[in-house]
Amino acid sequence: MTRKIVIEPVSRIEGHGKVTIHLDDEGNVAEARFHVTEFRGFEKFCEGRLFWEMPVITSRICGICPVSHHLASAKAGDALLGVEIPPTAKMLRQLMHMAQIVQSHSLHFFYLASPDLLFGMDAEPAKRNIMALIAEKPEIAKKGVGLRKFGQEILETLGDKKVHPNAAIPGGMNKALSPDEREKILQQVDGVIAAVQFALDLIKDYYAQHTGEAASFASFASGYLGLIDDEGNLELYDGKLRLRDDNGVILEDKVDPKDYLSIIEEMVEDWTYLKFPYYKKRGYPRGIYRVGPLGRLNIADGITTPLANEEFKNFKQLGDNGMVQGSLYYHYARMIEALYAAEKIKSLLEDDLICSTEIRVTSTKLNEEAIGVVEAPRGTLFHHYWIDPSGMIRKVNLIVATGHNNAAMNRSVYEVAKGFIKDGKLTEGMLNRVEAAIRCYDPCLSCSTHALGQMPLVIQLVSAKGEVIGEIRAN
Amino acid sequence: MAKTKIATAWLAGCAGCHMSFLDIDEAIIELANLVEITTSPITDLKEFSPVDVGIVEGAVANTDNEEALKKLRANCKILMAWGDCACFGGIVTMRNLFPKEEVLRRGFVETESTLKGSVPSSEEIPKLLEQVRPVNQVVKVDCYVPGCPPSSKAIHYALSELLQGRIPVLPSEMMRFD
Repeated sequence: MTRKIVIEPVSRIEGHGKVTIHLDDEGNVAEARFHVTEFRGFEKFCEGRLFWEMPVITSRICGICPVSHHLASAKAGDALLGVEIPPTAKMLRQLMHMAQIVQSHSLHFFYLASPDLLFGMDAEPAKRNIMALIAEKPEIAKKGVGLRKFGQEILETLGDKKVHPNAAIPGGMNKALSPDEREKILQQVDGVIAAVQFALDLIKDYYAQHTGEAASFASFASGYLGLIDDEGNLELYDGKLRLRDDNGVILEDKVDPKDYLSIIEEMVEDWTYLKFPYYKKRGYPRGIYRVGPLGRLNIADGITTPLANEEFKNFKQLGDNGMVQGSLYYHYARMIEALYAAEKIKSLLEDDLICSTEIRVTSTKLNEEAIGVVEAPRGTLFHHYWIDPSGMIRKVNLIVATGHNNAAMNRSVYEVAKGFIKDGKLTEGMLNRVEAAIRCYDPCLSCSTHALGQMPLVIQLVSAKGEVIGEIRAN
Repeated sequence: MAKTKIATAWLAGCAGCHMSFLDIDEAIIELANLVEITTSPITDLKEFSPVDVGIVEGAVANTDNEEALKKLRANCKILMAWGDCACFGGIVTMRNLFPKEEVLRRGFVETESTLKGSVPSSEEIPKLLEQVRPVNQVVKVDCYVPGCPPSSKAIHYALSELLQGRIPVLPSEMMRFD
């Protein structure tokens, strides 16, 4: 008799989903599935729109990292126009992007993940949330609030709104940064760097107190994909693709993002609305890889800002050949990136060029097809557009960050469930660990479900014949 | 004084309204003394229980959305719609310009990176509705906070009004539709 466990909805992730765990006759885990249950259809309904509308339409794919879509879309627009944007426009886009990294990574760490780390995964469910953190550890909560506010206010300065800012356009930016605005942000940066370092200390304390779990929690071999700069350093706005295997061997290097179809393919499973990208040359599932903070630090050789680079060296010590495979280390990698982003904001603002008003170029040219890529907070994001001679969108293909991690999230659930379910016995703490495994990836299911999307937790017991013979809900 | 109980739901949308709620920043600390957030994407409580105020973001696009919305309505005294998707249908209703089958086919079969795709149809996942609808075409809505997303100021104002026993009517400067 096979049984199935369903966890629905999976909470404190940015989206809609559910988990089913299939048990074998002995009550041990046979298979685990993370179902993404929503789909919206952006790849179809953008057809017929004008390409310059796309940065504001596609930012609505996700309210958590709208800037990623906004920028990937604007970059695709630059390529359709066949232009290089002015240096200041690029700096302003990077400033937006780094501000989003600070706010999104802080949101995840403080608002969503920290209750697991600070109260423990076995804490009662009513307590595992940001409101409880505010009540019991207000000083920590305030740091998180402050970091998010810092990032969001930069976005509001540049794009008039904190969520769905409108600033990047094909050919550049629509508004310059004033010296006063620049000064106001600069004054806060050192405090922000200190707050990120505080978060890093919290994470390192957690690992020190949970050495076994930190290293083993949902740890498994996979490939890693992301952008790097010309020297192999971490790069989030521009750059070339690199793919490493689990031993650190470089499988693909300096691949121009516009050639992504030569290395990536996607497959569909009947039980989820989220597709499964994989490395084309290895096929599925051998070619699965991870993206996002852990993936990026695993493929990078260094970080261009000094404080983050020091942490990066410590991080690299955690795995063989510098390859860190435990899913809980996503949290560490995420805050190292937040530190990089804060340092980068400082260096961008210290350059007088950032206040130049030469921020856009025009063009009379119109290419038929273009690809825009950025490293979103959760991983590599591809926007691929085809237009007709009037600039009207004919076709759209999107591969979003969380999609790349789809196979890895399924694998993580399997690894964790296997360790915590024996002879068909379950505890609520186990259920939360399964969710926590998914939460490591900070899945942004609003992005993933551009195509549909939502995430729930129920455990169903299903016989080998497929009959539901029982159900447990984590209420 | 007993805290006001609030449940929130995220239907078909981008989570931007919930993010705008978090953008009230320090005010959330003060709010934590006045309200208890029960079922919500930001907590671990999964099933709706009776609350004073229900808040909904997103439009109704699939069978799960419809079920969650009806459960929320049945469990709350006042239902507040946040954002253009919940209030008017928003950007997700752009799907209504195409037959649902074509939208699914583009996403899962035709996309250039997809190999041998097919449209997911398992019983484990909800079915798309033929048309995406705003919330008030499915259940009764008591108040609206439009915007894409509504500003954190508008959200904070609406919550403050409710906590003082008034149905919020947004001042014109907080009424935005972008």
